[in-house]
Amino acid sequence: MNDKYLFNELLITGTEINYLFICPTKLWYFSKGITMEQESEWVDLGKFLHEKSYFGEEKEVQIGSIKIDFIKKGDIIEVHEIKKGRSMEKAHEMQALYYLYYLKKLGIKAKAVINYPKLRETKELTLDGREEEVEDAIREIERIISLPAPPKPLKSKKCKRCAYYELCWV
Amino acid sequence: MRKKSITLLSDGALTRRENTLYFENAQGKKPLAVEGIYDIYIYGHVNISSQALHFLAQKGIAVHFFNHYGHYDGSFYPRESLHSGDLLIKQAEHYLNKEKRLNLAKLFVTGSAKNMELNLKRWKINASFGELLKELESARKITEVMNVEARIRQEYYSLWDKVLPDGFKIVKRTRRPPENEMNALISFLNSRLYATIVSELYNTQLAPTVSYLHEPSERRFSLALDLSEIFKPIIADRIANRLVKQGIIKEEHFREELNGVLLTKEGMKTVLKAYNEELGKSVKHPGLKKNVTKQRLIRLEAYKLIKHLVGIKEYEPLVAWF
Repeated sequence: MNDKYLFNELLITGTEINYLFICPTKLWYFSKGITMEQESEWVDLGKFLHEKSYFGEEKEVQIGSIKIDFIKKGDIIEVHEIKKGRSMEKAHEMQALYYLYYLKKLGIKAKAVINYPKLRETKELTLDGREEEVEDAIREIERIISLPAPPKPLKSKKCKRCAYYELCWV
Repeated sequence: MRKKSITLLSDGALTRRENTLYFENAQGKKPLAVEGIYDIYIYGHVNISSQALHFLAQKGIAVHFFNHYGHYDGSFYPRESLHSGDLLIKQAEHYLNKEKRLNLAKLFVTGSAKNMELNLKRWKINASFGELLKELESARKITEVMNVEARIRQEYYSLWDKVLPDGFKIVKRTRRPPENEMNALISFLNSRLYATIVSELYNTQLAPTVSYLHEPSERRFSLALDLSEIFKPIIADRIANRLVKQGIIKEEHFREELNGVLLTKEGMKTVLKAYNEELGKSVKHPGLKKNVTKQRLIRLEAYKLIKHLVGIKEYEPLVAWF
């Protein structure tokens, strides 16, 4: 294996990988414990979706620094993520790939399934050949959270729904 | 803001049965939708069960208590759920570094004075604190800053009397106890405002105990005292003036006791109604380009402070544009 990271160096959470692809400013604040999620109706909605979908599955499986929405055990382990919609698809995908990367370090081969219960759609992913993408993301996160101040926010239409909107723009 | 503040003026009991919170008073028993509660302010004699407190803690709802005289007694401040070690260190650093602390303390006083000047202008009183603010600039110690602040406030109150109706002149600002009607009204509003700010701070990662203008030992939530300097003029003082000038609060809303002059229950009710309406009013925020309530302005001030502390943007105190 030529992976750059050793398992015990992987302290990044799935949320952080997710945020990297949504907004580096949000990632920085979040990594410093300046969180706004408790204010967000969208986060409440997401939580509700988590609670109300996929009864009977073992949910919120914490392994080291990652917390997987739920896991299905079959011929190959399936890591499931529940998401509201596809607007942040890249972020969802990278989060799932990170989980697969993390599990691989533990010697567990798995595939990922992103569930969109509201759309009644799923998307399957495997890590094969994408290790480098994950490592690039980890490196970028490490760079951003080591900055003394957050990266300057870029105003986009995402900002409107973001719980950090006021913090960024006040 | 989605969630609402609840004020309990009547005597009664706050209890929990299963996952519902109830307030029971002489009028009957009423369920309170806990998901919709932001914080609770208690003025009446209220018995609270520990089960109710457990529930409130779990939901992160702060409860503020006021005594018989309407003065702030303390808060049930649930275990904090929002922590940021990084921010706490920055807060402490700005307290320990003399220059950084002095800078923040002066900003609070300057913002406060500018808002006072604005009020005087609204009330058609010609005055400026220019001289005192110049003196503030050259202050080298927190005690000097406090001293200028006290003199500004003294002059400010003395100017109110020019436009206040007879029977409601301040004459001299007295606190414990307030010696006349206007003093009682100002104290009551300031107490309530302080508790509102405590609630707002609870919902941020700022440690409410680390402050800059006031000494952290002065009161448990001394950062709320710092922020109240900015908001007293634009919220409490404006309400107090309006209420007496428009005759909404009258002589009969006060009573005299051994402990000075106090608002009656009816008086408190009227003042709190005006206070809640005021905090719920929206103003267009020039920076955010959207409407925000006056209560939200307090939170935004906390955010500005966070940005100052982590080195993103120099704090500029709110000077009312409304």
